[in-house]
Amino acid sequence: MSKYETVVGLEVHVELHTKSKIFCGCSTSFGAPPNTHTCPVCLGHPGVLPVLNRQAVEYAMKAAMAINCEVAEWCKFDRKNYFYPDSPKAYQISQFDQPIGQNGWIDIEVNGKTKRIGITRLHLEEDAGKLTHIEGGFGSLVDLNRVGTPLIEIVSEPDLRSPEEAKAYLEKLRAIMQYCDVSDVKMEEGSLRCDANISIRPYGQEKFGIRAELKNMNSFRGVQRGLEYEELRQADILDGGGIVVQETRRWDESQGKTFSMRGKEEAHDYRYFPDPDLVRLHIDSEWKARVKASIPELPDARQARYIEQFGLSSYDAGVLTASMKLADFFEESLKHTSDAKASANWIMGDLLGYLNANNQELGDVKITGQGLGEMIQLIEKGTISTKIAKTVFKGLLETGKSPQQIVEEQGLVQISDEGAILSIVDSVIAANPQSVEDFRNGKEKAIGFLVGQIMKETKGKANPGLVNKLLVERLNA
Amino acid sequence: MSITIKDVEHVANLARLELSDTEKEQFAGQLNAILKYAEKLNELDTEGIEPTSHVLPLANVMREDVVKPSWPIEKVLLNAPEDEEGQFKVPAVLE
Repeated sequence: MSKYETVVGLEVHVELHTKSKIFCGCSTSFGAPPNTHTCPVCLGHPGVLPVLNRQAVEYAMKAAMAINCEVAEWCKFDRKNYFYPDSPKAYQISQFDQPIGQNGWIDIEVNGKTKRIGITRLHLEEDAGKLTHIEGGFGSLVDLNRVGTPLIEIVSEPDLRSPEEAKAYLEKLRAIMQYCDVSDVKMEEGSLRCDANISIRPYGQEKFGIRAELKNMNSFRGVQRGLEYEELRQADILDGGGIVVQETRRWDESQGKTFSMRGKEEAHDYRYFPDPDLVRLHIDSEWKARVKASIPELPDARQARYIEQFGLSSYDAGVLTASMKLADFFEESLKHTSDAKASANWIMGDLLGYLNANNQELGDVKITGQGLGEMIQLIEKGTISTKIAKTVFKGLLETGKSPQQIVEEQGLVQISDEGAILSIVDSVIAANPQSVEDFRNGKEKAIGFLVGQIMKETKGKANPGLVNKLLVERLNA
Repeated sequence: MSITIKDVEHVANLARLELSDTEKEQFAGQLNAILKYAEKLNELDTEGIEPTSHVLPLANVMREDVVKPSWPIEKVLLNAPEDEEGQFKVPAVLE
């Protein structure tokens, strides 16, 4: 146990998935050839006028309300001034002292305990462009397609006390944004990005330690690892009697270390002032109510409902609701079977196991909630055994055919005919006198071998309960 | 409040301007004169008046989320002193 307490606050940027940019009609779609989604407005040509995208405002309102923020009745846009080639105007349009949302919170769960994390603010702003560096230092190339993509920045209170809590917070935030359908929230594609402020202090000390700002953590694991590295680095400095330097540090995933980004230290003097090109935003209660009504059941509510309605454990309900697609899949399956626990087990065991092993997402495989539900029904009816269901499940994942069709095509129907099983039982008994002898001499384990032989003869299709019953009857006869 | 040479140097640095010593003196003087003029506003009683962020009495000027054609790449790059593979080429920016 370390003698230091870690204090973390996160700044999360979420790209809103509007069709067009925040201040012009250029497309926001990902992957177009460089600079082909640009126009005089987003290129920052002189004399142009930005016009606010109503949808971007509504997504930001929706996101703010989903994380329990108060939504401002009036707000404005400000210019944040800095020179960098990724920003052709030499300023970013953002919100300084009147963010669209303030004073929110979300609940996270770590080690079975629920903790409320405060959210300072949520504001609307525009994204910057993308730089690539020519090898050998001969120059940099600028692609301005992403300039003007609407972003929300969500700033948490310094309420997080461990890298694990930070990861849980980020995952919960992603789930909420996904449920609200305001963003694709993919860290790999940059539609969800995260910077962290981290400091440590001796337990019991009220004053925060000196913090470092961490950048370039491009995955959930990266966030956790970067913070873990940083808390050890800072503890080493304090243990050695040193002082942590307040600076921006870059997480290097491949080396598993953070590095100081010196150039970034020069005076953060952004000289914010109200953007004269944009008039104020007035959000009346009618507009607020309309957007609020569009917020669906959020992860926490859905988790609570699963516990209540289906008797799932808090953990299971949490796993199922962490992604809306997975939760929808689960509910779809329940239209075809009433066994919610069985469905949850198949999803959490076989489905997630398969997806993780193959580094895939639900959308990458062909199984549907209906397919899973129908398969569970086949098990309930005794048409297939749980063991055979594993084969059927693989077919569902890979072919997308209905379970009924897979069972018929591959001849997987369970053998539940007593006469048919009995004749196999007899032939196996006849072929294995030694095992029969062992069993009769009290070696109970020998029965397992005989069952295995019977299942092998029937290619696993014999009803296991029936096999056991008939075999024991015969052996004890 | 008055503008010092140091303030001028700071602002010039933020704006990436290189000024001679004579210019720094000259601009410090001019900036102080401008601020002094603006100080006249302090004579007004603004007690209880909401700060104004925009001079137009307008709110909620917005557009619908509709994609419009962007510019052809040739036109986009017309102002680029240098370009390569459809991108603006700038002096190396190191992280």
